[in-house]
Amino acid sequence: MNLTLHVWRQAGPDDAGAFETYRAEDISDSMSFLDMLDLVNEDLTRKGKEPIAFEHDCREGICGSCGMMINGVAHGPERLITACQLHMRSFKDGDEIWIEPFRATAFPVMRDLVVDRNSFDRVIQAGGYISVRTGSAQDANATPIPKRDADRAFDAAACIGCGACVAACPNASAMLFTAAKVAHLSYLPQGQAERLERALGMASQHDAEGFGNCTNHGACQEACPKGISVDYIARLNRDVLKGTLNKAVGTPD
Amino acid sequence: MNRVLNLYRSSVGKKSLMAVTGILLVGFVFGHMAGNLKAFQSWDPAGGTLHPLDQYGEFLREFGYPILPEYGVLWVARIALLAAVLVHMFAAYRLWTQSRAARTRGYRKAESQVFSYASRTMRWGGVIIFLFVIYHILHFTTGDVHPDFEYGAVYANLVTGFQSTPVALFYIVAVGALSLHVYHGIWSAFATLGVQNARVERARRPLAAALAIVLFLGYISVPVAVLAGRWTSIGLTL
Repeated sequence: MNLTLHVWRQAGPDDAGAFETYRAEDISDSMSFLDMLDLVNEDLTRKGKEPIAFEHDCREGICGSCGMMINGVAHGPERLITACQLHMRSFKDGDEIWIEPFRATAFPVMRDLVVDRNSFDRVIQAGGYISVRTGSAQDANATPIPKRDADRAFDAAACIGCGACVAACPNASAMLFTAAKVAHLSYLPQGQAERLERALGMASQHDAEGFGNCTNHGACQEACPKGISVDYIARLNRDVLKGTLNKAVGTPD
Repeated sequence: MNRVLNLYRSSVGKKSLMAVTGILLVGFVFGHMAGNLKAFQSWDPAGGTLHPLDQYGEFLREFGYPILPEYGVLWVARIALLAAVLVHMFAAYRLWTQSRAARTRGYRKAESQVFSYASRTMRWGGVIIFLFVIYHILHFTTGDVHPDFEYGAVYANLVTGFQSTPVALFYIVAVGALSLHVYHGIWSAFATLGVQNARVERARRPLAAALAIVLFLGYISVPVAVLAGRWTSIGLTL
């Protein structure tokens, strides 16, 4: 199939940037979306032009590197997959495709479709860990965990930190990401000791990074390649409120 | 105190303020609706008694008297409601500016994914409801924009007010906007305050929808009945 691409090109963080139009020709429908971009890049390189910069690593939907707005939808038109898992059979001959970077103040564009998502790492650093003695691992079944809690923790832990929730959110809020990273610890016994401090710390770092706030649209849940539920946001809010009202939280001994 | 300030500074804190004031206002709106439905109580105009709606109005004005001054409770309630509205709007404004700053460049091609009409119209819908409430107070409370206003004659003011078709239609549209706002607002308040019980979680959307529908039907019943009374023998008339 032959396609027309409108791709956001931006040489660096301070460059103004603009859309460029390219032709993608002889695209097979079994190619992935990133394969298609690779092909376009080979052509650009042959012509002596700068290839389109985009992030990618595992190309199987588990690393969270790739991410772009494809026709206004984070990771493209199919649900529950990342851009690298999107196949060209989702498009048809003659389609026009708009490809843009994720847009958020907390995700500054580095180059073309590559955005700086270090803000996510700083949200994690503000509490997304548990303090345990490392070294020899304890017996796997020493701490019994109810199946339902284990499932909920695991569903939250499926977050790959790709940023699609922020990209899709009309408020550019990262509450789904933050909530998932809080929840996958708060459902487990190991996460209880620092539970409320964690929620407070990560929620306040979320605000400090310049993300917007959640208005409960649910666009994040729809865009999430891992199908993470907005119910985790309610749980985060609850822990933030509890942590704020609890005098013992955040007070030195 | 520090904790409260910290909570207010956070976006979750401002959202909880909106949720709490919103729940208060939803409570008021339902109470107001229950009062409106007194318009349908049977009444004999020749019997020399006030219409039940007028009696209710009198009750609200005198509530707490003689222990408290006349109008005392009424004004306390009015001030509390006004405070709730102002806090709700101010928090909404601050949250909106935060979100606006969080994405300064939008998408060239934007696909609205799952936003419900109600969730997309919360901000402007809220402004429209605020303007409507100002009009509503000038119309039925002070009577400034009501052509046949008579102080204390609640039922008569209501009928003469809604006998104007554009006014009645405007109220119906405004109440529709209010119901949409309440629908997304109730669901949103549940999420913001972290209501978590698994059974409640499933019931959040249907409960919000049911309350919004009850609100809409309860409120439009009065202008619809007055309009019906103009052209048919069934409906509210003087």
